[in-house]
This record gives sequence, C-alpha cells and structure tokens, in this order.
Amino acid sequence: MNIATKKYYYGDIPEDSGGSNEIKDSSKASPPAGGGGLEGATEWPLWEIFIRSKQGLDHKHAGSLHAADAQMAIENARDVYTRRMEGVSIWAVESKYIHASNPDEAEQLYEPANDKVYRHPTFYDLPDEVGHM
Amino acid sequence: MEKTLQNTESSKVPPLEGFREAYTLHLADNALILGHRNSEWCGHGPVLEQDIAITNISLDLIGQARNFYQYAALIKGANATEDSFAYFRDSPGFKNILLVEQPKGDWAQTILRQFLYSSFQNFLFEKLRESKDEQIAAIVVKALKEIAYHLRWSSEWVIRLGDGTEESHTRMLKAIDELWGYTGEMFLPASYEIQMLNNGIGTDVTVVKEIWMQKVKEVFGEAGLTVPAASLVHTGGKEGKHSGQLDDILKELQSVARAYPAATW
Repeated sequence: MNIATKKYYYGDIPEDSGGSNEIKDSSKASPPAGGGGLEGATEWPLWEIFIRSKQGLDHKHAGSLHAADAQMAIENARDVYTRRMEGVSIWAVESKYIHASNPDEAEQLYEPANDKVYRHPTFYDLPDEVGHM
Repeated sequence: MEKTLQNTESSKVPPLEGFREAYTLHLADNALILGHRNSEWCGHGPVLEQDIAITNISLDLIGQARNFYQYAALIKGANATEDSFAYFRDSPGFKNILLVEQPKGDWAQTILRQFLYSSFQNFLFEKLRESKDEQIAAIVVKALKEIAYHLRWSSEWVIRLGDGTEESHTRMLKAIDELWGYTGEMFLPASYEIQMLNNGIGTDVTVVKEIWMQKVKEVFGEAGLTVPAASLVHTGGKEGKHSGQLDDILKELQSVARAYPAATW
C-alpha cells in the first residue's frame, strides 16, 4: 500500500515526494516498519502510549500510534485514546526505546520463581480497608 | 435587565428586536458549517490519527453549534428547535462567514483554515466571556477549552507544513492564496453584531483583529510564511449572501431531514 501523502518529517526532505494530490484516495498509515528501519524516509516513528485513568493509578498501555515528534504523539494520543474520558495523563515513548524480553526465554526467566513459595506474598490476610493491593 | 435563563415557559429572553437571535445564529452557523466541512475528512484523512483529530474537532464544533441553536430556539420561541434552524433554513438564512463554507481542499488548506478560524474564535470568545448575556457567556466558557486545543493543533500543523519540505511549503502558500481573502469578513461587523455590542452582549471585532493578527504573525513567522498584504475582501456571508459552496453543503447536510421531516430517532 502506498504510504499516504503529507507525511514529512519536520525539516526533512524525503527521497520521494510521497504521493498524489488526491488525499481522498490515499490509504491510512500501514502497519509500522519496526522501529524506524528501512521505510524510515516515508513513515513516521511509532510510539507506544500509556494512559493513566485516575490520579494515583498507574499508566496502562493503551496502544500505539504514529507521530512525527513527541508533541504530536501526545496530541494524537489525546485524540485517539482519550475520547471517552479514559485519562488524566499520557506518556508517550518511541517504540524503539522499549526493550522487551524474548518469549523464547520465558522459561528460564520466569519459571524458577514459581516453586519458591517462601518468596510469594500470600501468607497474610489483607484487611478490607486496604483495597487494591 | 437580563434574566437568568431557565427552560421554563415563564422565563423569556428579551429578544432585542431579533438581533439577539441573529447574533446567536451567526455564532451557531459558523460552528455548524465548519464542523460539516471538517467532517468531510472522515474516512479520508491522510493518516489515521489525523483523521480522528479532524473529526474530533468537527464534533466539538457541532456540539457548540447545538448549544447556540438551542439558545436561539429559546429566544425565538414559536416551536423553533435546534433542528428547525439547522435543517430547515435555506442558504439566505444562514449567517456564517464565507471562510467556513470554502471547500476543505487539501490538508494544508484544511489546517490553515482551521488555524485562521480557531485563532479568531479563541480571541472572540475570550471577549464574549464578559457578555451580559449569561447563556452566551456560559456557552463560550465551555467552548474555549475545546477551542484552545483546536488552536494549538492547527498552529502546530501550520508550522509543521510551512517549515517542512518544499512541497508542504508550496501547498501552504497556495492555501494562503486561496483563503486569505476570506479572513477580512471576520472583522467587519454585521448590523446585529453592532447592536449586540451596544447592548453589552457582543464585542468589537475590530479590536479582536489586532490580537488575531499578532497571533497569525507569530505562527506564520515560525512557519516561514508571510502574512499577505491587504487584499480583496470577500464579504456577504454574515448577511446571508452565500455562494454555491453553501448550497452544496446544505444539500448534503439537510437532505435526510428534509426528506423525512417528521422522523424521530
């Protein structure tokens, strides 16, 4: 699919001019080229968005979107992910800065903890007043 | 003395010989028509996130329009409703400025028009917070939060495209050529605006012009664009003299309601 027109980096001149005059016919952004790789010249970076829904809770991963820079990422997140009153705070991180563990290594990373019962925080009763823990 | 508004039979807003209604409709029509033009991007936006952004703005504007239309219906009485204003008036009855009925053009033209309008609306509504008409003041206070975002969003796009690539810059220049002639109308008060100003309800748009021009210069400066010199000013929208543009819009906007006037959701 052709990447849509009008996707210019701030201040950069792309290799190809990026498309036709007819905005109407252009498609939406296609799935990301992983972390600013080969398609970098015509594709905006991908950002992961975390939204905090209420003061005191944690930011939860809400999804991802494309944006040219951080300010635009926050605004796009506001437009896309907070339409239904989902949030009071937005964090945006470029996807390339997120490092994830390799699922193949899950066994060696996580399983040994399962049978060490003495580490598990399950040997006391939480009073109801404590709420979420 | 202005009365506090309630939705009761007994309260009645002094209509001030139709000027208050005209003024409210002017504010409503601006919002509705621009909301409609922006909505034409729905499903056609250049990028998913911007498609959502422009349609969000559209919804904000239509929401503002509703508030103003409901108030106008209250002023007019006589079984008027927001729907009767929006769907059953013809082009000469609409009081929106010509700027908002212009076609959406390409993305550059859309965001430029949004910037030129939102900056005006922002400063106009700031002034209208002091309006003696409490309902108008209440509507603008709520709307200002949305408009602050519209202004911010569109300013950044003007800068992004103006100071972007050669092509984006060229498109911005073309957009300025297309739209600049329509900006003058915002600052030429119509008769009802003057009446509202005299009654402490409206404001002096010629004063708003100064602040607006400052903002435009600031953003254009960052975008590497120049403010055009004084040019031909297209007017008439505020008095109901519209071009075929508005007819096209109304044909689409009003088609369902007019086909089934008694329909309910």
